[in-house]
Amino acid sequence: MTAGGRKSFPLLAGALVITWAMGGCITINIYFPAAAAEKAADRIIDEVLGKGSGAAPSTPAKP
Amino acid sequence: MNTRRSWSRLLACAACLLQLAGYAPAALPQSQADLQINTPAITGLREGLRQRHREQLRAYYENGAIGLTRDGLVAMRDANSIPLAQRQQVNALIAADNQDRLALYKEVARANNHPEWESEIRTTFAKRWIERVPEGWYYQDANGIWIRK
Repeated sequence: MTAGGRKSFPLLAGALVITWAMGGCITINIYFPAAAAEKAADRIIDEVLGKGSGAAPSTPAKP
Repeated sequence: MNTRRSWSRLLACAACLLQLAGYAPAALPQSQADLQINTPAITGLREGLRQRHREQLRAYYENGAIGLTRDGLVAMRDANSIPLAQRQQVNALIAADNQDRLALYKEVARANNHPEWESEIRTTFAKRWIERVPEGWYYQDANGIWIRK
């Protein structure tokens, strides 16, 4: 009983290590570029709101 | 016994190498370059949103009739501040704007070859909309309560 447990230990450890390794591979694929997304959002939002460069000014003041 | 041990050692080594190989690209994040937001589809949506905002929606944001939701859309906040005859039209404007907004989030994800980013893009926009609009406009907090900025 005890001897059988010892024999299967290395195999079990190997399997665990492989599972861990594959987890590492999956992690990279869900990378989301948060900073770039914020920058892109700001550019679009400012354009829609009519803020910043190149946007048409809203009703210019009368002289 | 000995062969079994050496096999498991070999397996463990291979797994560790795999792990190192997997983490190496993660240590060097994919280029922090700008996201692509200049496809014809995105440009069309931006233009539509800008025009609707400037010509119609802005006044309703300013008097608090409408506001920004926590999930990147627009909603009616105070229908009573809009004359009855105009309410139908404002509801239609809100629906059209939300349709364009949802299409925009989807297109930005797609234009960057990651359609699965759509919900994260939408969450990012939701936060930035609230951040960028002028003081005095209304937005929903995390509990859906209207707050005056």
